[in-house]
Amino acid sequence: MDSLFIITSLLKILGILFVVILPMVSYAVYAERRVSAFIQDRLGPNRVGPAGLFQPIADMFKLLLKEDFTPRAANTFYYWLAPCLAVMPAIITIAVVPFGSTLFGVPMVIADVNVGILFVFAIASLGVYGIVIGGWASNSKYPFLGGIRSSAQMLSYELSLGLAVVPVFLVVGSLRLTSVVRYQIEHGWFIAPFVGDWANPWKWLLAIPMIISFLVFMIAMFAETNRLPFDLPEAEQELAGGYNTEYSSMKFALYFLGEYAAMITGSAVIVTLFFGGWHFPGIPDGSHGWIFGLINIAVFFAKVAVMIFFFMWVRWTFPRFRYDQLMRLGWLFFFEIALVNIFLVAAIIPFYRS
Amino acid sequence: MAITVPRPNLSWRERLYLPAIVAGLAITFKHFKNMLLGRTKVTMQYPEQKWDANLPDHYRGAPALVRDADGRVRCVACQLCEFICPPRAIKIIPGEIPSTDRFAKVEKYPDAFDIDMIRCIFCGMCEEVCPEQAIFLRKDYAITGFTRADMVHHKEKLLEIGGVMHGVVLKWNEKK
Amino acid sequence: MSPFLFWIFALLTVIFGAAVVVNRNPVASALSLVVSFLGLSALFMSLDAFFVGIIQVLVYAGAVMVLFLFIIMLLNLRAEEERRINWLALAGGVAVALALLIQIFLVISRFDPARKTFPPLPGSTIDDVRNIGALLFSNYNLPFQIVGVLVLVATIGVVLLSKRELR
Repeated sequence: MDSLFIITSLLKILGILFVVILPMVSYAVYAERRVSAFIQDRLGPNRVGPAGLFQPIADMFKLLLKEDFTPRAANTFYYWLAPCLAVMPAIITIAVVPFGSTLFGVPMVIADVNVGILFVFAIASLGVYGIVIGGWASNSKYPFLGGIRSSAQMLSYELSLGLAVVPVFLVVGSLRLTSVVRYQIEHGWFIAPFVGDWANPWKWLLAIPMIISFLVFMIAMFAETNRLPFDLPEAEQELAGGYNTEYSSMKFALYFLGEYAAMITGSAVIVTLFFGGWHFPGIPDGSHGWIFGLINIAVFFAKVAVMIFFFMWVRWTFPRFRYDQLMRLGWLFFFEIALVNIFLVAAIIPFYRS
Repeated sequence: MAITVPRPNLSWRERLYLPAIVAGLAITFKHFKNMLLGRTKVTMQYPEQKWDANLPDHYRGAPALVRDADGRVRCVACQLCEFICPPRAIKIIPGEIPSTDRFAKVEKYPDAFDIDMIRCIFCGMCEEVCPEQAIFLRKDYAITGFTRADMVHHKEKLLEIGGVMHGVVLKWNEKK
Repeated sequence: MSPFLFWIFALLTVIFGAAVVVNRNPVASALSLVVSFLGLSALFMSLDAFFVGIIQVLVYAGAVMVLFLFIIMLLNLRAEEERRINWLALAGGVAVALALLIQIFLVISRFDPARKTFPPLPGSTIDDVRNIGALLFSNYNLPFQIVGVLVLVATIGVVLLSKRELR
């Protein structure tokens, strides 16, 4: 391992974490409040700084200065461990997502492993421990119910999540996320087959299962990130906040951070798989100059921001599912659709390749 | 008694739910767009914009003591308001007017008159019950303080809010 | 990968594996097992077997252990914490474990290929996902299909059993 690799990796990690992800998380919270307000014909936070833009900083100070309370009946060690477990997986998954082409010849992905998407699923599935442990360690009824709900929900939706992306990799022929992006640059985004060899009719036929795959994946992602309409673990109205009921101060903020970080990484994965990653028609990649490398990164995060807006839009539109409805939807509907979809794509691919 | 709620039978198109989902998203997006373009009427931006000029005459704000046209405190410390006050926010310490005084027949004056504005519910009972028309609910509503002690209105503060109330009051009338 | 990391992850795996048995609290045991799996997957990855390593996390740590935790929490196992230690059983268990350890040690010490260092495979990176897939569908196709049927039978069996329970 040469020192250049280590230095660039370190710079990438620090850059993506402290310059992009963490500010994005805090501003996602602000955006959520503004979007929800706008949808409900309100104004939302608009006091702190211009248009309320310094609200996240004020929130941070508020949360840091609040009393950090540990209930006496709680299992202290796990009670403290759980919020950390909730944040880490969400941030680690960004490591394999290519967030740009190249900058000064350095590929803009922290770890380009050949099992990219499996890594994302594996680490994201560890995120449930933070919630389950938090619910259990609080030693209180509502958090406990939230934790139990969360574990059951994660198990059911992980299946459709995994099956929904199989078509993508059947077409690409590799689990590496950079190859997925490269494939989409050459053949058009999976969701929009206008670019590349658009004259091929099989490609248009392939777009149908791809769109189904995208919808199933996105809905499963809603469930994975505990967003409405699947936010049963924290259902404010039924469970008084669910797994984070007993948490206060910065520990509560960590749960909040984890949820939004998971949303951002989820959006990043969706963008990478179905929306062509950092590619935008007409913009060359980073080998043509560092300015294009920066533009590519900007394009990627613009797409992610659009996706996050969609997450919020959905949250403030739909009511919450009931628990049995959620389970039935996961096991009897999305699971089957994802399976049939794989067969469809597998049947189309031989014609498409020829 | 258990009530069976009849469920509507959905047609296959309704059972698909997708049109309803898209319609819902369209509605919320319409609201978002209108707000973004500034077409939606929003609530008043309170500290900058105030509704004070439009407050109705019967508005019940903070209770206050009033003086009459001659600058004398109207209250005679009868303590009726203290008794009627539902949250018991009023505390009066009556003082005696000495018999040598010109107004000895009034007998009492409020030595201390405290209204705890944390307790006050702005019901207006004190105003209703006052035989001397000495306590009125004014239009002040933004009552703030950093401590609990700050939130207690003493006699001076109450008189300051109250100001002067014109009109005939018989108790100072020497002829009667 | 440096041997330093190997020792860290190997120790992690073994220590938390022991913690699974030593812990009285079932939830703590389950979590120790998760950490042990994570260490194991790191060891797999150090051998460039990314696929096996990540599947280890995805299937065992991500799915199976969540299910375990779910069940432990639903049943609320408190009895385990109060159970006394049976010293005789403990001694027996340690003896069996020691015997197994000695056996493994003896076998490995006589097994020549274990001490040989193989030359690295051609190519800078191995696409192990592709290799595993090719192997599964060529040399091991029949066992693979049989396992598939077996899993299907098990799934149907579970569905049948749970249906009967409901009625």
